Amino acid sequence: MIRREEKLLLDAFERLGGVEVTCLDDRELYFDLGGAAPPLPYDAMLARSVSFSRGLYARYLFESRGLRCFNEAAVAGLCGDKLRMSLALLEAGVPHPDLRIAFTADSALKATNAMGYPVVMKPIVGSWGRLIARADDADAAESLLEHKAALGNFQHQIYYLQRYVDKGGRDIRSFVVGGRCIAAIARTSAHWRTNTARGATASNCPVSDELASISLQAARAVGGGMLAIDLFETKDGYLVNEVNDTMEFKNSIETTGVDIPFAMAEHVVEELQKRRAA
Amino acid sequence: MNACPVCGGGVNLPINAVLSELLDCGECSSELEVISLEPVRFAEAPLEAEDWGE
Repeated sequence: MIRREEKLLLDAFERLGGVEVTCLDDRELYFDLGGAAPPLPYDAMLARSVSFSRGLYARYLFESRGLRCFNEAAVAGLCGDKLRMSLALLEAGVPHPDLRIAFTADSALKATNAMGYPVVMKPIVGSWGRLIARADDADAAESLLEHKAALGNFQHQIYYLQRYVDKGGRDIRSFVVGGRCIAAIARTSAHWRTNTARGATASNCPVSDELASISLQAARAVGGGMLAIDLFETKDGYLVNEVNDTMEFKNSIETTGVDIPFAMAEHVVEELQKRRAA
Repeated sequence: MNACPVCGGGVNLPINAVLSELLDCGECSSELEVISLEPVRFAEAPLEAEDWGE
């Protein structure tokens, strides 16, 4: 599907010039892994599927045929799985909210009781603040865990339990393209969930050296590319909450004054030129 | 003007519209997908799935 972001990217490649873009709909693709497949008539694939799973596996398949994917399948795989993303951030020494993982509702409750409340429970795969819940005490946690245990998808039984961070009613989203942090917005909401998909308002956030540094550190931790970094501001500095692949940016262009899709198009072309020169 | 498949109201196709583009019906606010450009046809956009997003 072509959302506003994809239209903006098509326009950016047209403005950049010299690039022929073909839109592939992952709902219509099929792959033959057995036979001798003819070479693909593309140099690269910019993955923009709204579906994490289709976008991820399409990248594995296109990469197996020699295409350079943006972002790479390994990066998408890390960013799309909150547990793996957290491990990558922690292994790279990126400041990250306190976290517990459990595999049963009983052990999850023990973990939240030990960590203290409030606790935020997140599905390991999901976006836009969907099915994220905050438990302010053990009673609320027990109820939420009962509900999660009843959900059909097995992934809901991987309990991702994050200590709630008092972020002062806003969080920061920075945009990393290649080796640069090109822009950032502050997302403000009266609700504790500050996703713009849930009605948070966006304002420009100047990119300080500190913000750029931690954003690039987080991007490198998952393999780099074109990434949106969600951060909390605390009295002790920034915490990186999440790193997002297939980033959305339609509400951030006018807000920041930065032509994010054009920067993305330039990055794709520059990386391909480097690949050809290598 | 083309008909919204949900409410029958008129939907304008942008000049540079592309196949699979998402649009909103101005009358019933349904999210629509362009499934054909010649002739112009819309369908209700797929419902959000659990793995959708960034």
